[in-house]
Amino acid sequence: MQRRDHLPDSDPSVPAPCTVSEQSGAPPVSQISTSMHRLSRRKFLAETTALGAEVALWNMLAAEDPASADPLPTGAQQAAASSNKVSATLQINGKPYPMQIETRMSLLDAIREQAHLTGTKKGCDHGQCGACTVHIDGRRVLSCLTLAVMQEGQNITTIEGLAEGEKLHPMQAAFVAHDGFQCGFCTPGQIMSAVSMVKEGHAHNEGEIREAMSGNLCRCGAYPNILAAIQAAMEGKTDASL
Amino acid sequence: MHPFSYIRATDERAAIGEVTATPQATFVAGGSTLIDLMKLNVMQPTRLIDINALPLTKIETRADGSVRVGALVRNSDMAYDETIRTRYPLLSEALLSGASAQLRNVATLGGNILQRTRCFYFRDTSMPCNKREPGSGCAAIEGHNRIHAVLGVSSKCIAAHPSDMCVALTALDAVVHVQGPKGERTIPFTDFHLLPAEHPERETALEHGELITAITLPPLPFATRSHYLKVRDRASYAFALVSVAVALDVQQGTIRNARLALGGVGTKPWRAEEAEKAIRGKRAGVSTYHAAAEIALRGAKTQKYNAFKVELAKRSIVRALTTVEAMA
Repeated sequence: MQRRDHLPDSDPSVPAPCTVSEQSGAPPVSQISTSMHRLSRRKFLAETTALGAEVALWNMLAAEDPASADPLPTGAQQAAASSNKVSATLQINGKPYPMQIETRMSLLDAIREQAHLTGTKKGCDHGQCGACTVHIDGRRVLSCLTLAVMQEGQNITTIEGLAEGEKLHPMQAAFVAHDGFQCGFCTPGQIMSAVSMVKEGHAHNEGEIREAMSGNLCRCGAYPNILAAIQAAMEGKTDASL
Repeated sequence: MHPFSYIRATDERAAIGEVTATPQATFVAGGSTLIDLMKLNVMQPTRLIDINALPLTKIETRADGSVRVGALVRNSDMAYDETIRTRYPLLSEALLSGASAQLRNVATLGGNILQRTRCFYFRDTSMPCNKREPGSGCAAIEGHNRIHAVLGVSSKCIAAHPSDMCVALTALDAVVHVQGPKGERTIPFTDFHLLPAEHPERETALEHGELITAITLPPLPFATRSHYLKVRDRASYAFALVSVAVALDVQQGTIRNARLALGGVGTKPWRAEEAEKAIRGKRAGVSTYHAAAEIALRGAKTQKYNAFKVELAKRSIVRALTTVEAMA
C-alpha cells in the first residue's frame, strides 16, 4: 500500500496519496491515483480538490434533475455518499459549539479543529499516550477514541475550561510551582487526568498515584515533578514556597 | 477511516433491527476498541448504531444470590462497585489491571467481552492475517510472536485474547445474556469465545445483530478468597504476558474447590478445568500448586519467541494459588 518511492518530493509524514485513494474505494479516484505516481503532493491535492468540485457539481445536477437516468458516475456517487456530514452541537467548557462534521471525526479533532481549542493535544491518536485527555461529564476520557457525534449533549471540559478567568486551577498552579513538565506537550492531558484522579478518590500514596496516572505518558520523563505537583495539589499546596 | 453513517438507538429492539438489516453495521458503546481499529482500517463498518442510551447500566443482586451486570456498565464502575469488590475481588482486580483510568471510564462490560486481539499482524493491514482476511495466511507464526498464545492455537492463528476482565469472568462461570433478531438467549462464558481452529475470523458465538445485554455472576461464596495476578513488561498500562485468576476454597488444609483461569497465553480466555479437578480434595500447598501448573500448561504449543510463557505461566499459577491460600 505504501508507495512513497513514487513520490520523491512528498512529505514523509503524510500518507502516500495512493493509500488514501485506494482506501476510498472509488474507481475514478483510483484512476487518478494511478496516473499520479510521479506527481507531487501539491498537484495531488489540487486534483483531489478538483474531484471534490466535480462531485459537488454532480450533486447539484442530480438535485435539479431527479429524473436523470444516471446522474452520477459510480465513483462520484460513492464519494458523495461518503461525506456523511451531520450537524452537531458540542457543549465545551459551558459553551455551545455548533458544527458541521463528518461522523468519523474524533472528539479530539472536533475540539481542536472545529471549536479551535488547541490546548488538548494529539499524541498517538490511538489511546496509548493520554495527551488528549478531557473530561466528559466530569470523568477523564481519551478524546481520540470517541467520536464527536457520540458526545452531543454531554458536558465536555478541556484544559481551557479549568481556570476561572485569570485564576489557575490549583492543579495547574501546582504544575507551574513544581515544574511538572519539560516540553509541555503532555501537560494538558496530565493536568486533566490528575484533576479527575483526585476527584475519583482512589489514589492516596505515591504508588497509587503513579498507577492511577499510568495512562498519561511523558516522553521527557518529568514524572518526579508531575508526581510532586499532584501530591502538592492534593495537600492543598499550590505555591512553590510552601 | 472509512466513512459510515451513524444513529443513536433509544431502544434495544430498534438497535438490533438496525444492525440486523445491514451486514456491515455494528453496535458502538465505549468505542475504545472499535474506533482504534477503524482508524487502522482493520474494521470497516458502514453503519454505527450507538447503544449508549440503552438502559443497560445496572448492577443488581438477585434473590438467588447471583449478580447481574448490565452490558453498558463501565469498567471503572464495575471495578469499584462494592458488591463486585467484596464478593468477586478477582474481577475487580482484573478490571483495574487493564488499560488506564481514562479507558476504563469508557470501556463497557459488553465491549470488553468483544475486545479484539493485540496481535501486531491483525492490526496491520499490510500483513497477512487469517483473522482479519480469511485465507491470507498467518504472519505471526513465522514472525515476531513473543506476545502470542501457546494454548488453543491452530495452524491458522496464534493470536492471544487480550482481555483481563474475561479471564476473571471465565473463572467465575459467568453467563452472557444476549438479545437478538430471534429473541433472547444465554451463553455460558466458557462457550462464548471460540478457538481459532480453521476459522480464526469467527471469534465468538454471537450472530450478526445479536447484542450482549448483561452477564450474570453466579453466587460463588468462596470467590471472596480470590486473586488476579498479572505479569507484564511494564508495571502498569500494558497487556498481560501471562495472567492468572484464582479462587480457592480451603478447609482444614484441604482444597474443597478451586477456580483457575489464564490470560495472555490462550487464544481465548483460558479456563484450566483439568487442573482444577486435579487439585480438588488435595492438600493445599506448593507441591499441589506445581502439579496444577503442570496440568494447566500441558497442551502448550510454543513458537520461536514465546516459549518463555510456559514457565512464566507455571510460576504465576503457583504464586497466585499461594497468595490466595494465605488469605484469611
